[in-house]
Amino acid sequence: MKPPPFDYHAARSVSEALELLGRYAEDARLLAGGQSLVPMLNFRLATPRVLIDLNRVGELAYIREENGWLRLGAMTRQRAIEFSPLVKERIPLLVEALGYVGHLPTRTRGTIGGSVAHADPSAECPALVCALGGELVIRGAGGERVVGAADFFQDFFTTALQPGELLVEVRLPVMPARSGWAFEEFARRHGDFAIVEVAAQVTLDERGGCRAARVAAAGVGATPLRLRAVEQIVERGGGAGAVVAQAAARAAELVDPAGDHHASADYRRHLTEVLTRRALSRAFAGVERSK
Amino acid sequence: MAQVRPISLTVNGVTRQALVEPRRLLVDFLRDDLGLTGTHVGCEHGICGACTILFNGEAARSCLMLAVQAEGAEITTVEGLGSSDGKLHPLQEAFWEHHALQCGFCTPGMLIVALDFLRTNPDPTEEEIREGLSAVLCRCTGYQPIIEAVKAAAARLR
Ligand code: FES
Ligand code: FES
Repeated sequence: MKPPPFDYHAARSVSEALELLGRYAEDARLLAGGQSLVPMLNFRLATPRVLIDLNRVGELAYIREENGWLRLGAMTRQRAIEFSPLVKERIPLLVEALGYVGHLPTRTRGTIGGSVAHADPSAECPALVCALGGELVIRGAGGERVVGAADFFQDFFTTALQPGELLVEVRLPVMPARSGWAFEEFARRHGDFAIVEVAAQVTLDERGGCRAARVAAAGVGATPLRLRAVEQIVERGGGAGAVVAQAAARAAELVDPAGDHHASADYRRHLTEVLTRRALSRAFAGVERSK
Repeated sequence: MAQVRPISLTVNGVTRQALVEPRRLLVDFLRDDLGLTGTHVGCEHGICGACTILFNGEAARSCLMLAVQAEGAEITTVEGLGSSDGKLHPLQEAFWEHHALQCGFCTPGMLIVALDFLRTNPDPTEEEIREGLSAVLCRCTGYQPIIEAVKAAAARLR
């Protein structure tokens, strides 16, 4: 189908976008990469009166490193991140995960901020932000606020963003030394939204024990889920096969997925266990190699 | 009704000016307003890839863009791949030689995606080609000859 009529404004700056948001309030939708919103317009599932296009807001497209964090402007294209040497070195888990986001010609348009703000419960970028304990920088008429991943994702397609607010930056902590990572996903076809996905990053201490683990699963609930209890099992016990198996079994207990026509609840729980085991095994094996 | 907007852009090297409604999809603008029907429209929601074009040099779904967003852009469609004397692009030649099309509906999308894919990965493995081309659906060929063609074109373009 074709989109219904709407008015269109191409903002040139964050302040102009905020001004337009203030003027049109609930009548307006922000257009980032458009890889989710435009299909919704075409299906007439979204019928905004005004579209505020962010694609010409150059100040929102950047990748910077600062004090142990990577700062990604909300309008940075997924493909730019995928091919960034800096990101590959500092957060290789993000590069691996982006390989699962749609396809080449959707990543050229799709943005990190758009995906995070859209908050599809089975999308990769939100899962990554959750796993790594990222921060989201939000700007509104009243100024700027920073929200942690745990508070940002609230429900299906629902985030801490309030009317009149704009997500301007995604911050992710740089991977520490002696770390390994893995992103595991099961989908019907490559590039489809995941049925279940698991992101893992582990960091060893000098003696080879596990100093920190980061694990999140998505496709198993209304929001991506950080699996802290799973992290604690490997932080205590390390990366031996039996410990990883125990952690994976715990992951399956922690999630409470709903079944749908893609996969039953039981199958999703099973996938959570299998993918957690694979992700953690591969993450630990990766540290061994990089030492 | 929302007002029409003037846009100016370059399509296959030719400057074009037009008035479009904001809701006009880029693919419909290319096909219906400019008459460039080489770009196909299948699903209109970003799944099939038949509408893929080069937008400022990068492959993009033209059913997921608005024509107004193309203001100032440089677009290449399948019509712009060969040279003006009618000679095919090496990638098109490889498609021809390897029988990489039957009905041809997916072909413009396949060609454009393969072009951008080979630009960033000039010496791909078969696995990588499969992943790159998974962006476009083909209902005829079974993909195998398309993969062969891209492999052959990669060698020729390197
Ligand atoms: S018509 Fe654009 S992806 Fe199918
Ligand atoms: S040749 Fe018919 S769809 Fe590909």
